[in-house]
Amino acid sequence: MSNFIRKQLPMLFAFFAGMVILVAFFSGKKIITDFRSDMQVWVSIIGGFTLLLGVASISSVNLQKVITRGKDWPYKLVLLVCLAVSGGFGIFQGTESGTVYDWLFQNMVTPMMSSMFAMLAFFIASAAYRAFRARTLEATILLIVAIIVMLGRIPLGQLLFSELPVITEWIMNYPNLAVQRGIIIGAALGAASMSIRIILGIERTYMGK
Amino acid sequence: MNAFIRALLPVIFAPGLALAGNGSDPWFRMDRLNTLIFLLVFAVMVLVYIRLAKMGRPLFLRKLAGLDAMDEAVGRATEMGKPVLFIPGIQEVSEIQTIAGLSILGKVAAFTAEYETPLLVTVQYPVVMAAAQEIVKDSYTNAGKKDLYSDSMVQYVAGSQFALAAAVNGIMTRIKPAANIFMGAFYAESLLLAETGNLTGAIQIAGTANPEQLPFFIAACDYTLMGEELYAASAYLSGEPKILGSLKGQDLMKIVITVLMIISIILLLTSWKGIFILKLLETA
Repeated sequence: MSNFIRKQLPMLFAFFAGMVILVAFFSGKKIITDFRSDMQVWVSIIGGFTLLLGVASISSVNLQKVITRGKDWPYKLVLLVCLAVSGGFGIFQGTESGTVYDWLFQNMVTPMMSSMFAMLAFFIASAAYRAFRARTLEATILLIVAIIVMLGRIPLGQLLFSELPVITEWIMNYPNLAVQRGIIIGAALGAASMSIRIILGIERTYMGK
Repeated sequence: MNAFIRALLPVIFAPGLALAGNGSDPWFRMDRLNTLIFLLVFAVMVLVYIRLAKMGRPLFLRKLAGLDAMDEAVGRATEMGKPVLFIPGIQEVSEIQTIAGLSILGKVAAFTAEYETPLLVTVQYPVVMAAAQEIVKDSYTNAGKKDLYSDSMVQYVAGSQFALAAAVNGIMTRIKPAANIFMGAFYAESLLLAETGNLTGAIQIAGTANPEQLPFFIAACDYTLMGEELYAASAYLSGEPKILGSLKGQDLMKIVITVLMIISIILLLTSWKGIFILKLLETA
């Protein structure tokens, strides 16, 4: 029984769910497409409930560190206080406009996320510096192409050489797009192949097997 | 030939009307017949190669440096006494890239269990956390090191993209893992994570099927699995002939598609009638 629950039942679920999605893709029958949509709603509902698992995990890991005064425990305490305050106000007061939760979200969470995103510019600069060092032939080509593309996208580039935007567009629309499509076709086939393996139960590594 | 093309044109340009009638609730959508044919051909190719592999036919697979380096990365972490950090992307468990990432996690966990190296997995979704915990637990159990496993090895750190990036960057700068492995679907946070890992001096292996993020990983990581290599990774690491066989079937399908593309390009250059091949390849 244990073997059935741990091994065969998840495989049966994977087969059933995969086949429903596959059949619904090829069928226009309302009863089938509706069932597929219902299944996707179930996934969202299950996902919502499992949020409790996440809260339990984050609380237990960090609470333990705070109680034992482990390394960096003040950071963990800040996290737990934030979790309790925002979660508490969200549950008891609601999340509508004008509530404390909404204020926290608009004035703290959103600016912090924007700051993280803005930091990307500095990370790009440091990664680009490393990637564009002309140490090999490939890196030199990359450097030259990158300079052309970057100059072609700003007014200064057009001022230096009027055809630069045209060259930039050609690079982006032909060599660049061709490579991207090659990767996408390969990835799509890889995903399809993996899906077939999972649906048919050939690959079970996602269950730790 | 002309008569054949004339007969085929309605099927190509309005297949739904030509073959399925005007019913709005058909059991089978004829406009997706081409997709079904390609899917069946593909599935047959994969299954044939799996069969051949099971029968003992030797299969050549090119080396994937990123996967061969997995052992080296865990070994380095063991020598330094530092943990291995694994992130299976930032998507839900229903995303195929996340499943691919979790499959690789099983193998990485087997390595860390064998070397008795600490492993830390950070995730963005609780369902992924539960799945990852089971996978890591199974790997440790199979390696006979169940006592080394704890649920806290897999942590749900945040429910949003940049909050996860901030949390993981914090972990990287405080704990300084010796190896960072990013496998799955990544978006704008890819460079934030990989560049921070690079600054901490960790050996980094990444893999994603999102082509927009590949340049960032290539610039900041030591090894990068591109596109299909991510999906091939679990098969490659498992070494099981029946799973490896599917990769050969996949390669054969790529050849078929490439040949079809070349034929359609030649036909389009010589005659407009070549457009029927493009229509055959179109998904409704």
